[in-house]
Amino acid sequence: MAQASDSIRFILNDLEVALSEVAPAATLLDYLRLERRLTGTKEGCAEGDCGACTVLIGRLENDGRGGETLVYETVNACIRFVGSLNATHVVTVEHLAASDGTLHPVQQAMVDFHGSQCGFCTPGIVMSLYALWLTNDNPSRAAIEKALQGNLCRCTGYEPIVRAAEAAAKERPSAIFDPITRTRETVSARLKALQATETIVIGKDEDCLIVPADAAGLAMVLAEHPAATIVAGATDVGLWVTKQMRSINPAVFISGIAELQRIESSGAGLTIGAGVSYTSAFDALSLAYPSFDQLLDRIGGEQVRNMGTIGGNIANGSPIGDSPPPLIALGATVKLRSKGGTRSLPLEDFFIAYGKQDRKPGEFVESIFVPALPAGDRFAAYKVTKRRDEDISALLGAFCLSLEGGRVKSARIAFGGMAATPKRAKAVETALVGQPWTEDTVRAAQAAFETDFQPITDWRATSAYRMLAARNLLMRFFLESIGETTQLQRFEDVA
Amino acid sequence: MDKSTFEDPATIAGPMHAQLRHDSAHKHVAGTADYIDDLPEPVGALHGALGLTDRAHAEILDMDLSAVAALPGVVLVLTAKDMPHSNDISPTHLHDEPVLADGRVQFHGQPAFAVIAETRDIARRAARLAKITYRDLPQMIDVADAMAGGGELVTPPLTLQRGDAEGELERAPRRLKGRMRIGGQEHFYLEGHVALAVPGEDDEVTVWSSTQHPSEVQRMIAHVLGVPANAVTVNVRRMGGAFGGKETQGNQFAALAAVAARKLRLAVKFRPDRDDDMTATGKRHDFLVDYDVGFDDDGHILAVQATYAARCGFSADLSGPVTDRALFHADNAYFFPHVKLTSQPLKTNTVSNTAFRGFGGPQGMVGGERIIEEIAYALGKDPLEIRKLNFYGDKDSGRNITPYHQKIEDNIIRQIVEELEASADYQARRAAIIDFNRSSRVIRKGIALTPVKFGISFTLTHLNQAGALVHIYTDGSVHLNHGGTEMGQGLYTKVAQVLADTFQIDIDRVKITATTTGKVPNSSATAASSGSDLNGMAAFDAARQIKGRLVAFAAERWQTTAENVTFVPNHVKIGEEFVPFAEFVGQAYAARVQLSAAGFYKTPKIHWDRTAGRGTPFYYFAYGAAVSEVSIDTLTGEYLVDRVDVLHDVGRSLNPAIDLGQIEGGFVQGMGWLTTEELWWDEKGRLRTHAPSTYKIPLASDRPKVFNVRLAEWSENAEKTIGRSKAVGEPPLMLPISVLEALSMAVASIADYRECPRLDTPATPERILMALERLRGS
Repeated sequence: MAQASDSIRFILNDLEVALSEVAPAATLLDYLRLERRLTGTKEGCAEGDCGACTVLIGRLENDGRGGETLVYETVNACIRFVGSLNATHVVTVEHLAASDGTLHPVQQAMVDFHGSQCGFCTPGIVMSLYALWLTNDNPSRAAIEKALQGNLCRCTGYEPIVRAAEAAAKERPSAIFDPITRTRETVSARLKALQATETIVIGKDEDCLIVPADAAGLAMVLAEHPAATIVAGATDVGLWVTKQMRSINPAVFISGIAELQRIESSGAGLTIGAGVSYTSAFDALSLAYPSFDQLLDRIGGEQVRNMGTIGGNIANGSPIGDSPPPLIALGATVKLRSKGGTRSLPLEDFFIAYGKQDRKPGEFVESIFVPALPAGDRFAAYKVTKRRDEDISALLGAFCLSLEGGRVKSARIAFGGMAATPKRAKAVETALVGQPWTEDTVRAAQAAFETDFQPITDWRATSAYRMLAARNLLMRFFLESIGETTQLQRFEDVA
Repeated sequence: MDKSTFEDPATIAGPMHAQLRHDSAHKHVAGTADYIDDLPEPVGALHGALGLTDRAHAEILDMDLSAVAALPGVVLVLTAKDMPHSNDISPTHLHDEPVLADGRVQFHGQPAFAVIAETRDIARRAARLAKITYRDLPQMIDVADAMAGGGELVTPPLTLQRGDAEGELERAPRRLKGRMRIGGQEHFYLEGHVALAVPGEDDEVTVWSSTQHPSEVQRMIAHVLGVPANAVTVNVRRMGGAFGGKETQGNQFAALAAVAARKLRLAVKFRPDRDDDMTATGKRHDFLVDYDVGFDDDGHILAVQATYAARCGFSADLSGPVTDRALFHADNAYFFPHVKLTSQPLKTNTVSNTAFRGFGGPQGMVGGERIIEEIAYALGKDPLEIRKLNFYGDKDSGRNITPYHQKIEDNIIRQIVEELEASADYQARRAAIIDFNRSSRVIRKGIALTPVKFGISFTLTHLNQAGALVHIYTDGSVHLNHGGTEMGQGLYTKVAQVLADTFQIDIDRVKITATTTGKVPNSSATAASSGSDLNGMAAFDAARQIKGRLVAFAAERWQTTAENVTFVPNHVKIGEEFVPFAEFVGQAYAARVQLSAAGFYKTPKIHWDRTAGRGTPFYYFAYGAAVSEVSIDTLTGEYLVDRVDVLHDVGRSLNPAIDLGQIEGGFVQGMGWLTTEELWWDEKGRLRTHAPSTYKIPLASDRPKVFNVRLAEWSENAEKTIGRSKAVGEPPLMLPISVLEALSMAVASIADYRECPRLDTPATPERILMALERLRGS
């Protein structure tokens, strides 16, 4: 048996695997299809957008009560790296049916409701519906659609798939029937045993992958390899490999570091570890700042929300990342850590220029602190996209406003998609502060967008559209404050 | 068994017209359905990747491939000169489409070389190492560029003409001219292109290709290799979606795989990455339509003149018949008393556009429906009122002649529309929406009912033929093969139902086998919605032949007449005796009866004279209609589709479950085309929406929130098609024109419905918001 320090060990369906030779850029999808000949998992796009490669990953998660609980989430195998799989349970479509060939209720419902036509997206859809089935025995249509946001089907128009999900939820044969329910306890114990207590290194010199066991270990690794690629959820780095064929060596996989996945709430605000997924981060953010709720549903698909981290969304410095504008509007600070210690700075100062962030060699983003919203202050964030869900923002506007005696006491407005970095609309803020909170004030302030932004034209939107929509988002923020209905809502009950 | 006491079972499992699941459904959900990339690779199999160019139009001065060849693991690099016989894969024999660019690049991303390596990863890496020196040439990217550049055509245009359009336009009490831009569409089949070639003895090669047209792939490979067609076998069990995108576009990958496999005497697979697939293969044509309509104050159309200019890309491919079909559908369901329609298949420096579900028909129809909208807004009327005024009339009305001089004999559009108008409560909902819009500041709603009439048959008459091969083995099990391909549409299931029904045996006794050029030769593409019409009839013909022999055998053996021999569920009834089917077949075999037959079918009645613009290109028409209701956000232009009601005509459905799936799926795909799916080229002629991250097809949450789809159950094909059914693949794609027009109405509300919003497609949130701005300003 290989030592914990030089192999990646995980469970694949029923089989325990220890890999001592893993390329840093090796993807789970290629491993499944080429090395294991588990060809039920398909490659549709190799960029985490179509969901044909959806598998479930089970991992032990801190339950907040000092223990650990086994959770299963959908991920895109095409951009999940094998190096990040230590102490996980990978479940593929081949694992669902009983050994005698009897289909799982989710699969049977897909057959009965004519949920497949060409069948190529089907295994991925089955896995997404299976993840929903595991956690929800009476899903609303909103919940089903949310579970399917990361799965494209080009044949069916989805209606029969949604009907299948509704029907399957009610089918609960004995626990023994379901492969995950059946093995929960034994898998938990096995995963516990697979957890590494020291840094895993596979490969030589800089051509290696490194899996630190904790945050201190990460700081040490980065001190030694300042040029390393930090890989958390891989929803961006995955594409560097599959599309740009860039080297990510040495790759440092941090998705197993429990310290980076903590969320702490206090009267002062919310501290979110950099490794917290969108799904978990937005759950916490939505509680404190309800406007985040609608936003989350429009970021990525379920798989990407399960994989992508709040720290990664900030650290990669994209001008169209969706978490920075609302966090900047709320006055968030980012905490960076290195072997030498930590430092904090306002999030807006972290973004220096396109592709350039204030992160020094050896540093990593450790956490984000979001101050509590003072009572009476208004906050909202609006995302604008070509397709409503699972689309990258054409623009995203976030507004935080403090009123006093009907006048604007302070305003923090930040936009994504309007400049080379996520950016404050300071001229607009200035035009608002001190003025009465009225439609006339808003109309006057709209002109200041020209001072703040000169957006580009690209495939997501023209410059003219971005400007016009940005102005209109300010108007929406105002109209909502006076009780006007301004947002389309597909369902009353948000999933 | 006491045969005389046998009780006649009511039915078999899986006859025609039964609601049957897709034959592969179980395998789909279990992950055990094999697509080509899932097949075990032969020992030593190699992998190919395309070397893409990065100029839209240029001369290649030098191509340095030394670094490509030097990458460890690279086995072979192919260029145009390595094609053994011909570097041409033009499907229309115009010699305008090279396998690999030879000296000249004609679109950004055109493959100029191919790499074969030990792994796909190495091949992809190597393909990026070429150093190509170019001399740039003037580029024409869109239709406007092409028109400004002299309007070179890739193939001769078509004119459809009846009456005196020009004169009547001059004389018409009212006249309107306009222009509409209609966007293209990427197929986004979930399974990308893939081909696996395995060399055989002598000059042989066997290829597994994800293609809708195995016979064409076979011909192309034979042509490129310089071997007879009988040396090439092409197989395909199923595709992970195709939608027209695998009618001709698989040729390149299959040809390259075959060339490399022959050269290296090893199996070679090509499976391009999604981005390369979207960059290097053709799409739905985008069109620029210039229309001119004359009408009276009631809204009667008097004359229509229109030009349909299309971005065809650098070569003809199927652009001729695609642009023809656009003209064939410009009338949709409306009678144009005087008409002149002209196509302009323009050459551009973009990837060569190709077949896509509807094949130009949808673009033709969208242009025609814009004309209806123009008239309605000009007269301040509900577009549905204008539609009804102008529907084709019945046989003897004198208003049933199309612009191509075919008489419409099977018109049911009025019945469809009236039934749907009532069942969807269209009038009351429209009134409520107009009411809502009066008081809603930000959110506006719209509703529209649009019809579809779609012509069925390949317009190239000789393609309307098909073959099938049916064997019965001595145990009574049946082997079915035909020239049609399965891409998810359920063709295999439907044809198996035909056999089960004809022999009166349970469908699980019928084995559906992979399409292969070795069993049924010279097949046409599975396209033009023709799959079950043609192959169902061919299989029926094969079964009929075998049945004839079996009946003759029974009559002789049992000393009775043919009339006394009938096929009843899983038995043959001879006189009063019931013989189990398997036992009966065993006896026929022992009596040396041939239990195998090749079936054949050709569509009757049709003919088409393209030069004269006259004929009967279509065997029959499929009809349908949809009502769509939408909400728009007037601050951002974003929208939701709140409700859709569809009533669609599939004749007497061969399989209502599969047909409903085609209608729902076609609707959502067409809705994507008209709303969020946008192809965007930059100033260098680079397509920048070449992956699902940038090209947005509908999600589950985009589908109509309420989606009521019904078959017109009373309909029966007036022609003698298989089971009196109708084709269903393409027609539903045009039902969501109702979504476009509902969006248009919501926009029009901002100016009190007095102005036609002239919404181009795709109607992205941006186009909606900009149209709102335009109407607010006017």
